Amino acid sequence: MSAVTIIRSKTEQAILALFAKHKDQLQGQGSFGSQRAKAFASFEQTGLPHRRIEAWHYTDLRSLLREAPPLAAKPASHVVQRAAEKNWSTDQIDATRLMLVNGFYDESISSFTMPQGVKVTDVYKALSDPSSKNFHDHIGQATQSSDPLIELNTAFMNGGVVIEIASGTKLDKPLELRCLVEGIDPVSMHARILVIAGDDTEFTLIESHQGPDALSYQVNNVVELFLGNNAHVHHVRLNQSGNYAVDLSTLAAVVGAETSFNTFHMVNKPGIARHQVFVKMQGEGAHLSVNGVNMLNGTQHADTTLAIDHAAPACTSRELFKTILDAQATGVFQGKIMVKQIAQKTDGKMMSQAVLLSDDAKMNNKPELEIFADDVVCGHGATCGALDEDLLFYLMARGLPKAEAEALMLAAFAGEAIETVENEDLRAILEAVVGDWLGQRAHHVE
Amino acid sequence: MAAVQDTIDQVKAIDVDQYKYGFSTELEVDKAPIGLSEDIVRLISAKKNEPEWMLEWRLDAYRRWLTMREPEWARLDYPKIDFNEIYYYAAPKMNAAPQTLDDVDPAILETYKKLGIPLREQEILAGVQTSKVAVDAVFDSVSVATTFKAELAKAGVIFCSISEAMREHPDLVRKYLGTVVPVTDNYYATLNCAVFTDGSFVYIPKGVRCPMELSTYFRINERNTGQFERTLIIAEEGSYVSYLEGCTAPQRDENQLHAAVVELITHDDAEIKYSTVQNWYPGDKDGKGGIYNFVTKRGDCRGKNSKISWTQVETGSAITWKYPSCILRGEGSRGEFYSIAVSNGRQQVDSGTKMIHLGKNTTSRIISKGISAGHSQNTYRGQVSAHRKATNARNFTNCDSLLIGDQCGAHTVPYMEANNASAIFEHEATTSKISEDQMFYCQQRGLDAEEATALIVNGFVKDVLQQLPMEFAVEAQKLISISLEGSVG
Repeated sequence: MSAVTIIRSKTEQAILALFAKHKDQLQGQGSFGSQRAKAFASFEQTGLPHRRIEAWHYTDLRSLLREAPPLAAKPASHVVQRAAEKNWSTDQIDATRLMLVNGFYDESISSFTMPQGVKVTDVYKALSDPSSKNFHDHIGQATQSSDPLIELNTAFMNGGVVIEIASGTKLDKPLELRCLVEGIDPVSMHARILVIAGDDTEFTLIESHQGPDALSYQVNNVVELFLGNNAHVHHVRLNQSGNYAVDLSTLAAVVGAETSFNTFHMVNKPGIARHQVFVKMQGEGAHLSVNGVNMLNGTQHADTTLAIDHAAPACTSRELFKTILDAQATGVFQGKIMVKQIAQKTDGKMMSQAVLLSDDAKMNNKPELEIFADDVVCGHGATCGALDEDLLFYLMARGLPKAEAEALMLAAFAGEAIETVENEDLRAILEAVVGDWLGQRAHHVE
Repeated sequence: MAAVQDTIDQVKAIDVDQYKYGFSTELEVDKAPIGLSEDIVRLISAKKNEPEWMLEWRLDAYRRWLTMREPEWARLDYPKIDFNEIYYYAAPKMNAAPQTLDDVDPAILETYKKLGIPLREQEILAGVQTSKVAVDAVFDSVSVATTFKAELAKAGVIFCSISEAMREHPDLVRKYLGTVVPVTDNYYATLNCAVFTDGSFVYIPKGVRCPMELSTYFRINERNTGQFERTLIIAEEGSYVSYLEGCTAPQRDENQLHAAVVELITHDDAEIKYSTVQNWYPGDKDGKGGIYNFVTKRGDCRGKNSKISWTQVETGSAITWKYPSCILRGEGSRGEFYSIAVSNGRQQVDSGTKMIHLGKNTTSRIISKGISAGHSQNTYRGQVSAHRKATNARNFTNCDSLLIGDQCGAHTVPYMEANNASAIFEHEATTSKISEDQMFYCQQRGLDAEEATALIVNGFVKDVLQQLPMEFAVEAQKLISISLEGSVG
């Protein structure tokens, strides 16, 4: 047999060139340098994931990523200044704010003081500072799997933020992490966010993403969450990246005993999006709730991939995902519940529902169960279809124009998932985003 | 909720060490040399007196197979199969093709008698059975007898072994063979194309309702042999046939390969009901021996309002890799899949179905129940897809599984791909669907919650089992009262 030649796509070649060019300039050359090299070697071996890889069957990055834009540089002061003036849909919320511009944490435009018990470290500095022990101890620990996005992030990571929350800290104001992309040239970003929370903590973390329209930039963020025992944590991710953006994100969490963790994410703008959620329930009696709404139009492609690992007894998990698809949009939902042998008394329930508003839209659902314990209650459901004609007729018979009747039904459809968000103000914001999206659509329909 | 005692006992009763069909028959056999090569393919073709085109077809498949790789995506773990350590042809020695049952070796007839499969028509007619079943008995690589052929011929039905069909009805075979499962469909199907030795052929002419159930009984007897059979069933416009399939094998320490291909074709308004009770030797309790069952079964609903229904009860085989599927091409066609898969010992099951909706107003239904015990792994893997033009396609899927003991695993991997808005897909994998009304009704009449659940769920499982024709219900009977309380998705 002749030697195997790996055929690389143009984008893959560009990524290889990027790494060769930057690897000696990225922060943290010493011990972290070898971690980077290892991660990149692993990426080099697999290349960009494609449809023959089971976990990427419906989101073929090799064909979706047409280019590999240059890495974003630390923003200049005038860019930071412009960033400070942006409006955000979360402006009305009273929160402690942390600002990331092009993947780099900027203290000057973040909240002036941090609440007691909260410590923030810039990943850019921590990378080359061996005394940032918590950062070096935790990085890469929330996920064991060799995921190509995480590997790529580890290889290119140069910025981000570490948030440490001391045991017993209860925050009355949410923490908001604002990730802004600012500029006129396409760039790629690989920020890493670490949240290390001790026992008995209570907080809400908002992650907002915004970027310019008509600019084909790429984001590949990884958030690692370490939650201690008996904590109560809410996390909401609002993705309003630009309409040409490729937004890849991974949330990897380790959940302690008796801790409740609730995460919600909404996608309505980016051209291509994949949101991965990997949760390991490693303490007994933890409760997890993962929910989301994707509203897609045009040729958008959005993928939500979950892997929930029940590794301790008596944990519960609930997942509810709603997808609304119009025009030629493609939706993907892959959800996997794994129940280890030790995880007796597990209670898991997963639901994915999709509404297709156009004959050109596509929805791919893959809810999976992998169970090794015998005393568990686990279930999943998936539905897919058009709006109910009878209900539509009922509303129209009562005088509502078609577009409005549809909007009403769709708002209710998405609303079911939004209801899982506890914070009232956040819920209102999410509902407003849904309202705007439906409004634009109605305008379009008429 | 854990499984109830009743269920545990019943699954135990069919545990791997309780296998009843493990005896073997000593016979003089005519075997091809061990291993696989073009010469073996030629030899098989020559043994069957096949026409030249058939040999070419086989050789083409063999050459393609050499370039293919074994699929590895299934949740199965087994040592690599050495395809050169298998005998591809083994037939009991007979003077010539048997004309009547009297020409058949009595030992073979005895074997079938032991298995409870009557081959003598007068015995069947004299017996207590009220309905008649025509049987094609396949022993290792050859069909040894086909019953009721004359009576079926009166109705215009052709029921014979596929080798005979190739000689007697070459046009029909040539027209349909390989049109549902293409030669290069998958690794095992391609292998089957190259080396298949026998199987059944059924042709139901226009407007005929087949006067009796047809069935094939597969028996692997020889050591180190693989069984590669091929079944082709064609139902012309407005016809109906119910076909049953049963399989057993002796208890041996080695793993034997079974790689079959089944193709079904229905034209306008026709219906095929295909039932399987798969009871190949599952290996012993330590996972030694047992059949590797790699089967490709697919039905093509070509005509309008045609229907194909698969029912399977899977209790045997060390490894099951099997996905009976329906291609719903004709407008208004319907596909059904009912399955109960029980795994014990070290068995590994990766089974499910595919419903490919291509035509308008097509509907499909999937009901799958998996029960795993011992150290077994039981996976449901299914795909439902609607093409862009398959408007108003409708699917309902329900798959439940139950674990008995903490050393086994149950997995569900469904794929749902909707490519148009009017397709409605529903998938559920819970037992919570038992309606509260029904529970209330039962409890009001004095049953406690568990009894009520058992009653309702049993009623539901019976629904699946009742899809099986009467004759097979006996074998399936053992499973009938298995309840699924404590099920997980």
